Amino acid sequence: MNAVFTARNLVIGALLVFLALLPIYVVATGQFFPLTLFTRIVILALAATSLNLILGYGGMVSFGHAAYLGVGGYVVGILAKEGITSGFAQWPLALAVCALFALVVGALCLRTRGVYFIMITLAFAQMIYYVAVGLDRYGGDDGLTIYRRSQFAGLIDLSGKVQFYYLCLALLLAAIWIVSRLVNSRFGMVIRGSRSNDRRMRAIGFPIFRYRLAGFVIAGMMCGLAGALLANHTDFISPAVMHWTRSGDLIVMIVLGGVGSLFGPLIGAVTLLMLEEGLSRVTEYWQIIVGPLLLFIVVYAHGGIDGILASLHRG
Amino acid sequence: MRDEVILLIEQCLNGLQFGLLLFLLAAGLTLVFGIMDLVNLAHGSFYMLGAYFAATFAALTESFVLGAVLALVATFVVGMAVELIAVRKLYGRDHLDHVLGTFGLILFFNELVRLVWGPAGMNLPLPPFLSTSIEILPDVYYPTYRIAIIVVALAVALLLYIVVMRTRVGMLIRAGASNREMVGALGINIRLLYTLVFGVGAALAGLAGLIQAPILTAQIGMGENILIVALVVIIIGGIGSIRGAFIAAIFVGLVDTIGRAFLPEVFRMVMTPAAASALAPALSSMLIYLLMAVVLVLRPQGLFPVDGK
Amino acid sequence: MLQIRDLTKRFGGVLASDGISLEVPVGELHAIIGPNGAGKSTLIGQLAGEISPEKGQIFFNGCDITRLPTHRRSALGLARSFQITSLFLDFTVLDNVALAVQAHAGHSFRFWQPARKEAKLRGPARAALARVGLESRADVICANLSHGEHRQLEIAMALATAPCMLVLDEPMAGMGPDESARMIALLGELKGEQTILLIEHDMDAVFRLADRITVMVDGRVIACGTPDVIRADAEVRQAYLGVHKARHHG
Repeated sequence: MNAVFTARNLVIGALLVFLALLPIYVVATGQFFPLTLFTRIVILALAATSLNLILGYGGMVSFGHAAYLGVGGYVVGILAKEGITSGFAQWPLALAVCALFALVVGALCLRTRGVYFIMITLAFAQMIYYVAVGLDRYGGDDGLTIYRRSQFAGLIDLSGKVQFYYLCLALLLAAIWIVSRLVNSRFGMVIRGSRSNDRRMRAIGFPIFRYRLAGFVIAGMMCGLAGALLANHTDFISPAVMHWTRSGDLIVMIVLGGVGSLFGPLIGAVTLLMLEEGLSRVTEYWQIIVGPLLLFIVVYAHGGIDGILASLHRG
Repeated sequence: MRDEVILLIEQCLNGLQFGLLLFLLAAGLTLVFGIMDLVNLAHGSFYMLGAYFAATFAALTESFVLGAVLALVATFVVGMAVELIAVRKLYGRDHLDHVLGTFGLILFFNELVRLVWGPAGMNLPLPPFLSTSIEILPDVYYPTYRIAIIVVALAVALLLYIVVMRTRVGMLIRAGASNREMVGALGINIRLLYTLVFGVGAALAGLAGLIQAPILTAQIGMGENILIVALVVIIIGGIGSIRGAFIAAIFVGLVDTIGRAFLPEVFRMVMTPAAASALAPALSSMLIYLLMAVVLVLRPQGLFPVDGK
Repeated sequence: MLQIRDLTKRFGGVLASDGISLEVPVGELHAIIGPNGAGKSTLIGQLAGEISPEKGQIFFNGCDITRLPTHRRSALGLARSFQITSLFLDFTVLDNVALAVQAHAGHSFRFWQPARKEAKLRGPARAALARVGLESRADVICANLSHGEHRQLEIAMALATAPCMLVLDEPMAGMGPDESARMIALLGELKGEQTILLIEHDMDAVFRLADRITVMVDGRVIACGTPDVIRADAEVRQAYLGVHKARHHG
């Protein structure tokens, strides 16, 4: 059927096949750098996917989402330092702490709208950043080295690069699937309706605060999982992971890929990180290009890459 | 006089000084938001540029004051240029677009500064007449420069007050972005107004930056951290309100400075020294955010919200 | 059904609502008319819960709803349509109405099953669309509808919440003569089934449909009664009808 083989679907399909087969190439050639790069890309794509749920679909521009990367990572790091290396203990706790944090911050932030909301999420994320900097016992500004990755009683060995990569990829795909179910469910309709016209939502009788808060918590937990993965990937966690400019990066990934599209965050993550890799080989000052590029995209290419692909189909 | 009291006085003055500095930053932010409905995250970049310009011009002219004045003019011009080239295209768009667009500007300016001035920071040495200390109370000395900061910032605040309260432009500022019809009715060229306001906002940020430079040196990325504090100030004060920005800025400045100075003391009185030294740094950083959270619970629109927002 | 007592609201120096009192018994179609600036929008805002009055009370179905948040009023059966179309433009027509149904069909903490496949939501949604004559446009993206169809959709969404009372804010705003005639017919049908509070400028419609009319000028109620009484009222003629008739025919 013509509709299936759209440009957009082809690109996504090709990307997924590439991601699935990458380890084979890497093992064959013995060059592990691409695998390291793409593990990082997949993990950040997971974080971006979680943000897309509330930002892309829910219209909540949270500029503090990287905080959950940090919280999830620090739970793993702190527990590891204190001798608890079982992933079965660390990861659920990471999710729980993120859920709690999202609940409290969300309850405060979601009472505001628009610009206030953006600024307040930013401020709270920076607060957590400073708390982490102040944690002398756990490295403070210098960060915390993780000497042993999360142990899963032999089920999977996270130190194995290929195994770890596939775990991250599987979790990313699971997350995208979960998001796809969420956004089409009743809950998703409320979130999306609130983005479209929240005044109307209230008029027809929805108490939208509680649903937005639920979305906020779910997104926070998902991002916390990405944080746990990131901590394992780099064997290290530091406050820099949750600096507000990192939250900005996540938003950039979403907008690049296409706001409110399922695979947009993945496309955006791949694009942004490959762009950074590529540009940084050309010049040390690559950010000087990314900056105006962002501005350009915002002003002219509103729907991101996904939008461009979709318009090709409509042609 | 007892040491603790002297310390308290010093910290209060420091807090006042910090607060006034925050006001300079916050005023520009809230002005731009109030009139153009634009979130400008790159405001911190003007802060940074002000510091670098001042260091450069002061070295070139071998005069601190001349360097400062030139830096202000330069920042004002850069601000207007940015408005004309980039920011103008963002008006009327989604706040997400503002955030992203200005975020792109931050990246650009940080790299630009690195390209032009190098990765190491720059020093801005004080002239002899500002490096002294004044005896403010019997046997209590306070740096002249810090007093100068307070005086200058208060003068600027007063100037802003006069403009906002007594001129036609000021009426616009108080009325807020919702009254564009009023702009037309007053016969003011709106595009020119926007460019000028943006430039003034940038200049205020630049002033704050160059004031801080002798104390903290000019560094890449120095704008980002203080920008967040400025955001907290305008959230507490109410976005769009200059009066709110002033009161909130002083408040935040005092809470932050006095909190950091005395919280470890207070903690040591109620818990073990080990716990105190572990918790105190983290919690002192959190103080102003906790303050913001309290204000949000009690009054989500801020202390002095501009009507109609 | 609806009782408004002494409602007062001030905006800066302007008294937008000056001690308004009004009653709408069950089953009545009550119209509110008045020139621009009379304070009708402010009144609706207070009824809907978007503006909070300084003084006065609003009773709906026996409950004091004066301080109740908007969504709770809807839950109690008060449905409204908006003067300036306020819809979910990126959703389909059916999605729009289904959302209205969903708001009153239990909680929405359902995360897994697609809402678009729920017959419990789609069924009543289609029924509401049929009621206003939009069933053939069910799968069109809302942004692609004509203005008149938007106004019809507004009514459909109000109906989909299974209300006790409809508050319709200028449903015929911006409509041409054909569309207006259809809307008047629709409102005539609804008149028997629902209690309706109608704000309108179209005098034709108002005098044809209303059981009673309230006239507002400068935030105050200056007259209230059956269409005949209002037509005859000298103060109303002077303040409003005369001016309006001239504009209407001219």
